[in-house]
Amino acid sequence: MTNIIAEFKGVHKGYGSGANRTEVLQDINLSIREGEFLAIVGFTGSGKTTLINLLTGLLQPDEGEVLFKGAPIKGPGHERGVIFQNYSLLPWLTVYQNVALAVDEVYPNWSKEERDQHIRKFVEMVNLSPALNKRPAELSGGMRQRVAVARALSMDPELLLMDEPLGALDALTRGNLQTEILKIWSANQRTALLITNDVDEGILMADRIIPLRPGPNATLGPEFIIDVERPRDKTQLNDHPEFKKVRNEVMSYLMDLGDASKLQQSKTYELPDLQPIMPGTRSFPFMKAG
Amino acid sequence: MKDNSMVAIKQPIHKNGTSPKKEVKPAATVSDKDPWWKSYVPRIDGKLLLKKSLVSLASILVFLLAWHLGAAKLYDIEATEKVQKVLNEQGEVAAREMIDCISSGEVSCQPNTLPSPYQVFIAAENLLKDHREISSKKAEFRQKVAATNADRKAQGLSPITYTGRPSFLDQILTSIKTVLAGFLLSMFIAIPIGIITGLNQNLRMAFNWLIQIFKPVSPVVWLLLVFMIVKTVIRDPEMDKSFIISFISVGLCAMWATLVNTSVGVSSVQKDYINVAKVLQLNVGKKIFKVIIPSSIPLIFTGLRITVSVAWMVLIAIELLAQSPGLGSFVWEEFQNGANDSNAKIIVAMFVIGVIGFLLDRIMVFVQHSVSFDKARIA
Repeated sequence: MTNIIAEFKGVHKGYGSGANRTEVLQDINLSIREGEFLAIVGFTGSGKTTLINLLTGLLQPDEGEVLFKGAPIKGPGHERGVIFQNYSLLPWLTVYQNVALAVDEVYPNWSKEERDQHIRKFVEMVNLSPALNKRPAELSGGMRQRVAVARALSMDPELLLMDEPLGALDALTRGNLQTEILKIWSANQRTALLITNDVDEGILMADRIIPLRPGPNATLGPEFIIDVERPRDKTQLNDHPEFKKVRNEVMSYLMDLGDASKLQQSKTYELPDLQPIMPGTRSFPFMKAG
Repeated sequence: MKDNSMVAIKQPIHKNGTSPKKEVKPAATVSDKDPWWKSYVPRIDGKLLLKKSLVSLASILVFLLAWHLGAAKLYDIEATEKVQKVLNEQGEVAAREMIDCISSGEVSCQPNTLPSPYQVFIAAENLLKDHREISSKKAEFRQKVAATNADRKAQGLSPITYTGRPSFLDQILTSIKTVLAGFLLSMFIAIPIGIITGLNQNLRMAFNWLIQIFKPVSPVVWLLLVFMIVKTVIRDPEMDKSFIISFISVGLCAMWATLVNTSVGVSSVQKDYINVAKVLQLNVGKKIFKVIIPSSIPLIFTGLRITVSVAWMVLIAIELLAQSPGLGSFVWEEFQNGANDSNAKIIVAMFVIGVIGFLLDRIMVFVQHSVSFDKARIA
């Protein structure tokens, strides 16, 4: 059994207070093993971002604790790199400067040349060298997300957190980037946590998939192990029996959840008893007078 | 439905030319060929330019015509009244003399009213001629006192300077100098305070009442306030007190737009950027200078642009009161003067004020455009 790198222990998290309070996460228990690629899938608004923000340290749990290497997470740290859903690049900085912002912060003791090389290496890794001096506004969505990937990876994090990193991209770019992220991941075998709403993406990339039951009061569902050998080829995966099996299992689990939550929410409304008026069946006083 | 999307991805993506290098290319070719300044110069479309210039030319002509007709009408009314008055008070002979006097174009009996465009043009010419005369006088004077000044400098005395009447162009320069000094002052006061109040909600609340109360105060009151203080603080007769008073008042009047905009810009930085700063664990200084200030630059410059136009507008009123030599006092003096071409000169000053105000605004737009990452937000 490999070491556990991060852990959720009975975590509760909600927002607001009093009558406005909504409980988002309830009793989350999760262990992330070192070197694995874990995917968490769930519906929009089910608390996925809250979950990942607890790991980045941007949020603190209300109850329970989030541990990283055995110690509770107090705040953001360089050992946990984040790729945000909406890229979060600084628009006034070029690609190089955006990555440099992270590198300068993580390796303040390196010489200028070392840092420069490091930055160029990671920009090259995501195939953006030609756009080194461009600003985010001049890049396409896919390219921007790749900058975000380069920025997160350049910090050499022990745990890479991805919050729906490809959610805003079109299907083609998405497929492309999935392959690229996987390639980079398998090259340095970091622990990775992917949050996504796309089951196929989760199965393609991860070793394990855990569905998040929809919030409020979201909890984690049972885990599904994906026993498909790497490297996985997206084009052939569709015919892979194991892939099909896991996909069906996860999908039907999520579908049932969705139906269940719909059932819970459905209310019956009492409609007033209306009678239709047919033309010619009713006479008006003023018409009589005329 | 899900299966369909999988089929779409199944097609060979890599061979279809979405490789990253190709994605970059179109943008690269555009900006690599052009020199850096190209993006600042609007592309010229001949047809549109012709159309635009024809339309503006036509509108200028219509404006001048309306002005000319209006001025002629006012002249008629004023002249008739004048003759009528003479007729009532001094009789028919005097009235007839007055009519002759007016139609002969004699200066002393011209009715005092809105000058026609032609008169304004002549007044502008005269002002320029006047400027040439004064500058030649100045040069002459400088030559004359050159030797004496060198002596005085050797003795450690201050040199003799020309103290004659300033020309119109000198007054324009003084005005521009004053407005720039006032603008710099307001920038140095408003931006730091704006940033500090933007960063801290308590400070923002503490400053808010002050801003709300002082923002609408009239330039005249600011001038008097500054006058009270400067008068006591600066006792050195060598210093140009009226200049100091007017530029400080201009600065105080105009700084509010920048102050409020900076404060709003700093306090409303996008949450994403703050999260980036947090995740990268930037320290406070880096967070402010690398994330917060750059992201509020568009709003700060919008504020500065408003400040420049307010400063220029307020300057005229302040100069008028502070007796600081400039366009404002020029207008006031001409109004008090009441010479036959005074009105025309006032109109000349009006146009000069307008044009300079417009140019200042354009300069600010240019600066704003070149420092801002967010080009779309600049009108």
